[in-house]
Amino acid sequence: MFELFTLLANVVTYDILQLAPSSGLAKSVHFFVEDTSKIFFLLSVIIFVMGLFRSLLAPEKVRLYLEGKPKGLTYFLAVILGAVTPFCSCSSVPLFIGFIEAGIPIGATMAFLIASPMINEVAVVILGTIIGWELTAVYVGTGLLVGILGGWACDVFKMERFVEDYVWKIRTGQIVMPAYDNSLKGRMTFAWGEVKEIVGRIWLYVFIGIAVGAGLHGFVPTTFFADYAGPDNLFAVPLAVLAGIPLYSNATGVIPVAEALLGKGVPIGTVLVLMMSVVAISIPEFVILRKVIRLQGLVYFASFLALAFICVGYLFNALQ
Amino acid sequence: MKTIKVLGSGCKKCQQTAENIQQIADEMGQEITLEKVTDTAEIMGYGVMSTPGVVVEEKVLHAGGVPDKEKIKSMLSQ
Repeated sequence: MFELFTLLANVVTYDILQLAPSSGLAKSVHFFVEDTSKIFFLLSVIIFVMGLFRSLLAPEKVRLYLEGKPKGLTYFLAVILGAVTPFCSCSSVPLFIGFIEAGIPIGATMAFLIASPMINEVAVVILGTIIGWELTAVYVGTGLLVGILGGWACDVFKMERFVEDYVWKIRTGQIVMPAYDNSLKGRMTFAWGEVKEIVGRIWLYVFIGIAVGAGLHGFVPTTFFADYAGPDNLFAVPLAVLAGIPLYSNATGVIPVAEALLGKGVPIGTVLVLMMSVVAISIPEFVILRKVIRLQGLVYFASFLALAFICVGYLFNALQ
Repeated sequence: MKTIKVLGSGCKKCQQTAENIQQIADEMGQEITLEKVTDTAEIMGYGVMSTPGVVVEEKVLHAGGVPDKEKIKSMLSQ
């Protein structure tokens, strides 16, 4: 069914704009039209469908699922719940406080916060249709693993030392369960509201991602990446991770960039860790987390993630 | 006069909620003091994780989204 978007891009590029198929501009325009139409279509559809099931995935529910479970189990549960729960970084702080207050270990809380932005239904479906399901499975598996290890490391290194004091003093008492209108009409209204809100919030990131991807696809020669980011360049992986730290996008926005890089022959490990670093280590997210975790703790946390990504990158490049 | 608090970090939905409440209170001819609570610790203190939430006379009556018109009416007449 996705040929439709390729067809649309063909019509726009070759029939309407009359661009010569071999030109860089034609390649860029084709990439841009195909990815824009496909990604925004999928984005809206998936957010809508997920919106219909929101009451199952509310953060209050996640807290209940995790509360009182054995520590070892909480990491696994947390990353899986993080992956399926729709997430906005603006709810990081209430979520963090809510989890800590319920006695959920900080490791599981952080595991949830690592996995949640990296892996979600939207990114998985779009990634699958664009770069293939095999690589998507690798991305998801790696994301979950880094989340589990990250959570575990937070417990081992006693991250709770860095939690702001006021967090421990908050007593929420009974958590108020949101009363959802669970009629079909209520669900549809909510789902449509979610589409408008989320697309409204992230469209610019997605757009920029597609534009960067299109530019790379049409105008950067393959030899450029072969020279600078090929499998022989040992610095490519750490550089990809470092480059991703100041850059920030959400998981959907980074996909077109990954698509273009893979097309240029950049090794999978390098692309994978660039994606993860852009999404998981981000300044806006850390500014929000700073409200509950002291700077020193955040620096440790970011360093751990960067190190983990570098290992992942080398591993996959070696396996390729 | 009722004291109503809208809990939320200042997101669009929270502003929407506050506006809707004020508008419906005006329509019903009811006088209210509307207060926006943006401090996360205070919001969590009410047990609300999903914002916006609505507190009427220190009782949490709503959480997790913009309340619809009917819900606002019933909250105001309590």
